[in-house]
This record gives sequence, structure tokens and C-alpha cells, in this order.
Amino acid sequence: MLDALPSRALISFRGVRKIYGVGEATVHALGGVDLDIEAGSFVAIMGASGSGKSTAMNIIGCLDRPSQGRFAFNGVDVTHIENDARALLRRNYLGFVFQGFNLLSRTTAAENVEMPLIYRGAKRAERRALAEQALNAVGLLGRENHVPSELSGGQQQRVAIARAIVTDPLVLLADEPTGNLDSQRSHDIMKLLRELNRERGITVIMVTHEEDMAAYATRRIVFADGMIAKDTVGAR
Amino acid sequence: MLWESVKLALRTVQRNVLRSILTLLGIVIGVASVIALVTIGQGATDKVTSDLSKLGSNILLVRPGGGALGPPGGNDSRSFTERDVNDLRDIPGIRAMSGSARSTKTVIFEGSGQSVEVTGAEPGYFETLDWAFTAGGPFSDSDNRGGETHCVVGQTVVNNIIRRDPAVGETIRVDGVPCEVVGVLAVKGNSAFGQDQDLTVIMPLRTFQRRVAGNTRISVITISVATPQDIQDVQAAVADSLRDTRKLPPNVPDDFTVRDMTEMAQALSSTTAVMTGLLGAVAAVSLLVGGIGIMNIMLVSVAERTREIGIRLAIGALGGQVLTQFLVEAIVLCLIGGLIGATLGAAIAFAGSTALGIPFSFDAGVAVLAVAFSGLIGVVFGYFPARRAASLDPIEALRHE
Repeated sequence: MLDALPSRALISFRGVRKIYGVGEATVHALGGVDLDIEAGSFVAIMGASGSGKSTAMNIIGCLDRPSQGRFAFNGVDVTHIENDARALLRRNYLGFVFQGFNLLSRTTAAENVEMPLIYRGAKRAERRALAEQALNAVGLLGRENHVPSELSGGQQQRVAIARAIVTDPLVLLADEPTGNLDSQRSHDIMKLLRELNRERGITVIMVTHEEDMAAYATRRIVFADGMIAKDTVGAR
Repeated sequence: MLWESVKLALRTVQRNVLRSILTLLGIVIGVASVIALVTIGQGATDKVTSDLSKLGSNILLVRPGGGALGPPGGNDSRSFTERDVNDLRDIPGIRAMSGSARSTKTVIFEGSGQSVEVTGAEPGYFETLDWAFTAGGPFSDSDNRGGETHCVVGQTVVNNIIRRDPAVGETIRVDGVPCEVVGVLAVKGNSAFGQDQDLTVIMPLRTFQRRVAGNTRISVITISVATPQDIQDVQAAVADSLRDTRKLPPNVPDDFTVRDMTEMAQALSSTTAVMTGLLGAVAAVSLLVGGIGIMNIMLVSVAERTREIGIRLAIGALGGQVLTQFLVEAIVLCLIGGLIGATLGAAIAFAGSTALGIPFSFDAGVAVLAVAFSGLIGVVFGYFPARRAASLDPIEALRHE
């Protein structure tokens, strides 16, 4: 039996290290990080490239596992679980939003949003209804049958957010969600994320370079050289 | 989930129509050739079987010349004499028999004429071969002994040369010899080699020998055995009797051949089966090549869609679900190829059967089997690419441009 982690936090790192490569060429992407993220928070993760923030995000997103240390999700140690178990964790509790939107081309907005539900084995009618709700929540009702190439960048990112929240996840992971958008649309997307965080209680964890986007978060964690350099709490 | 995979696969195929068609060509050709070959082969077998059964049942054909399946009646072979034939008549188990000789001669009636295969035979000939008459009847034994100029004609002779109804009672000229028509044979149609079996004139053997051929040679002895169980005994007895009459010393091989037509039917069927098998092997190679094509295109597809796979894995697709998706895609691709191939094969077989004048004996079971087999090819050759897709690292896949 694994030792109980000392934290009741939603996400918990204890001495997490991530080492790539072998011998002389080893890179310490994370150098023993301790971190707790409470449910319901809106966290901005910042840092220069190579600072370890992406690695931390990948571990939080159950896409990668630590080389050393322990990682607990919702109070359960998931450091060593199998690939399929991690996939189920992503499916049931996590939503992903990417910088490049990552929608399937030549596939309508509604179908993109329905995709995670297909893997859950949801029935067609149920999928339709949930996808419509999610698209409504991101302000895209009426665009269900548009394909990505017919939508603006902001709208595409809204579709991606709808896809991430359609399964009603605990955590929304956003990797530079406004990186490909202009200022006005960036603020719209941030307001949407803040709304989802406040009204639905979804924990939002976002990687960003931009100060004014990070300002929407209630907590700001800055990575440098594989360690947390700064951790400040407080909304704007 | 499975249905979603099928829909997705169909959409992918639809998006890459040209590529899909080119990929499928191997499978299409493989399945089409299997179905065309099996169908035509079966049709040919049916045709041969029915032709041989038209010849009559339990028939032994005795021809001069040794050797198993060589050309009958070679130049150096000794033809049969009337004595050879007569000595066979007492063998038990024979239902009917007849010695015969044939030659192609011009048959003329009232100015119109044509080359016709003219046969000289004994009255037992018709019974031996179960030949029926539509008008009149066979010539008699006394006609034969007396060398009467009577004859029996096929329907084509009536249609092309005599052109008169009734034909019985008319007199035709066979190689200049006037011959009274006493019977018209029932229609038999074309032989296995496309020969019109109704373009025939049959006259008493003696009449033929004296008036038409100018010699006493007998080239074939046709024997009908009463019961199938006796065929081998009769065959042996016929050989013994002929050796005896022809005074062959024990160390000299037979200078004649006694052939069982049932045996020949089996030989022909097995020849057809061997041919079908060989061509089937060629088709199998084509299917194998088609399968490799499928594997290749699936690998390309996995590489192209690495990012898509990454997205799917990130949002919670299990490895098994990604595997299923790509496997289904390969299977759907192959099944489409199989269906196109089956349709094409049936069309080719239909055209071929019509051209060759054999029955179109399409076997739905074979078609279903061939299509199912192409699906199996999808499973076999789609597995490796699908496995590769399923085992992609989502982080790497998402980074893929």
C-alpha cells in the first residue's frame, strides 16, 4: 500500500523530478518540485522555455509520469498507474485546451465537441445534447455545423474549450490558450475561462507567457530551472 | 464506438478517394480473379459433366491405338474389323453396342449442300448413346446387313440442307450416294468443343463402308454397360476378347484403348480443379500484394494523422480504442475492395461464360467467402499500423506538425 500523501489538495507534487536522457546528456526538467493546487483555483503557470513548466503541465495532465517523487490526483497517488488508467483519468476528470486549438479539420464543431463523449460510449442523442450545451456555454450556439476552417481563431478556441468541458471535468488544462489570438479575442477567452472557473467551479490551470493573461488567475506560479521560483496567491 | 469507427473510416476513405482506389486495386483484382475463375471453372465443369452425361450413361469407348490419353486412331494404329466387333457381342453385362466409322462428306439435297460428319453405325448405336428421335426411327438390322441406303439425320441437317417438313422420306445425296431419310434425331446442341452435334448423318455401317468410305475399317466401338458396377469387369473382358481376336502375344501391349467415359469425366473435372487451384494461387498472391498495399497506406495514414491521434489520446481515448479505429479503417477499406472485386468478378465471369458458351454458375458462398477473406486481410495487414498508432506517446504526437 502506498503511503498516504500529506495533502488533501486536488493536485499534489511531492519531490517530483523529471529526468530526460542518460549519462552525460541527462536533463533535469524538474528538480524536485513540491506543489499543491486546491480545487476551484485558477492557476497561471509561467516561466521561460525550458523552465520545466511544460513538463509540470504534462504530469498534471497525466500525459507524462515523474521520474522520481510522487504525484497525487484528487488525493490518490497516481504516480505509477498504467497507461490505460491514465487515459481514463484524462477522460473522466481532465479537459485540455491547446495553443494550436487542435480541432479535427473537416469535422464540424459539434462533432469535435462530441469526440470525448464517443470514447465514453455515450449514445448519439446524449452526445448531441451535451455538445449543444457546451457550445452554448462558450457562446457558439448556432455554429454547430461549421467546420474549423469556417470559424475565426477565437471561435475555434471556443470550440476547443467546449470540447474540454463537455465531459464536465474537474480540471481544465490550458496550454497557452491565447498564444495564437489577438488581444481582444485573448481577453474574451480569458473571461470565458474565468467564468467557467467561478460559475462551474472547474479548476483551471493555464500556462501563459503574457502578464495580462496571467492577471486573470487567482494564483501565479513561476518556474525557473526546473524549480518553482515564485508562487503568489491573489486575484486582480 | 464500433459504429463510430466505421463511420469515421468511411469518411477517411471518402476524403482520399483516388488514394483509396489505387490502394484497393490489389484486393479488387485478387477478389475479382478468384470469383471469376471459380465461377468460370465451375461452369466449365458443369458443362463437361452435362456433355458427358449427354453421351449416355456407363459408356465404354474402344478405339484403335495404345497409350492413355493420346489422340485417338493414330496413323499407324490397326482399325477394328467386323470380327473384332462380333466377338464382343457375347460378353455379359453389355446392354447395347455398335462399331462405327466416320468421315466428313458433302451432303446435298435439291442443290443445297454442306460438309457434314457422316457416321456409319449399327442400329445398336442409338440405344447405346440413348439417342431419341423426333421423327421416324433408326434403320433396322436388316438395313445394315443388306447395305440399304437409309439414313438418320440431325436437326441441323434438316434445317440447313433439307428444309422440308417432314424430312422423313426425302432422299439426300451423301457423297453422291442417294440415301432415304428414315429418322430425325432429337436436338443435342453444341459439344464441349463447340461442335454442332446436330450437323450429322448416320447410316448403316455396311452401307457407309461400301458406298461412302470404300473400306471395311471400324474406327470406334461404342459399348453401353447395363449397370455401373459392371463397368470394370466389362472393360477387362472387352480388352481380353480384343487381344484374343487380334492375336496379340502376351508381351505386346494393347494396340487399342478401352476408355470409360465416367473416368474421363472425372479426369476432366480434376483437370479443371487443378487449373482452378493454380489460378487461385495466382489470385492469392494478388491478395497478398494487395494486403501489403493496405499496410503501406495505413502506415502513411498513421504518420499523417499523428497529431490527430495525439489529440484523441489526450482527451481520453484508450490505446485499444485508437487501435480499433485504425483496424476498422483497414478492414472497411479491404471490404470495400472485396465488394468491388466480387461485383467485378461476377461481371467478368458472366461475360466469360457467355462468350465460352458455358453455364454461368455463380456461387454466392464463394463470393461471401472471398469478401470475408479480404476483410481478414484488413485485420492481418492493418494490425501493425494500428498497433503503431495506439502506442504513440500522446505528448510526442501532439507536438507533431
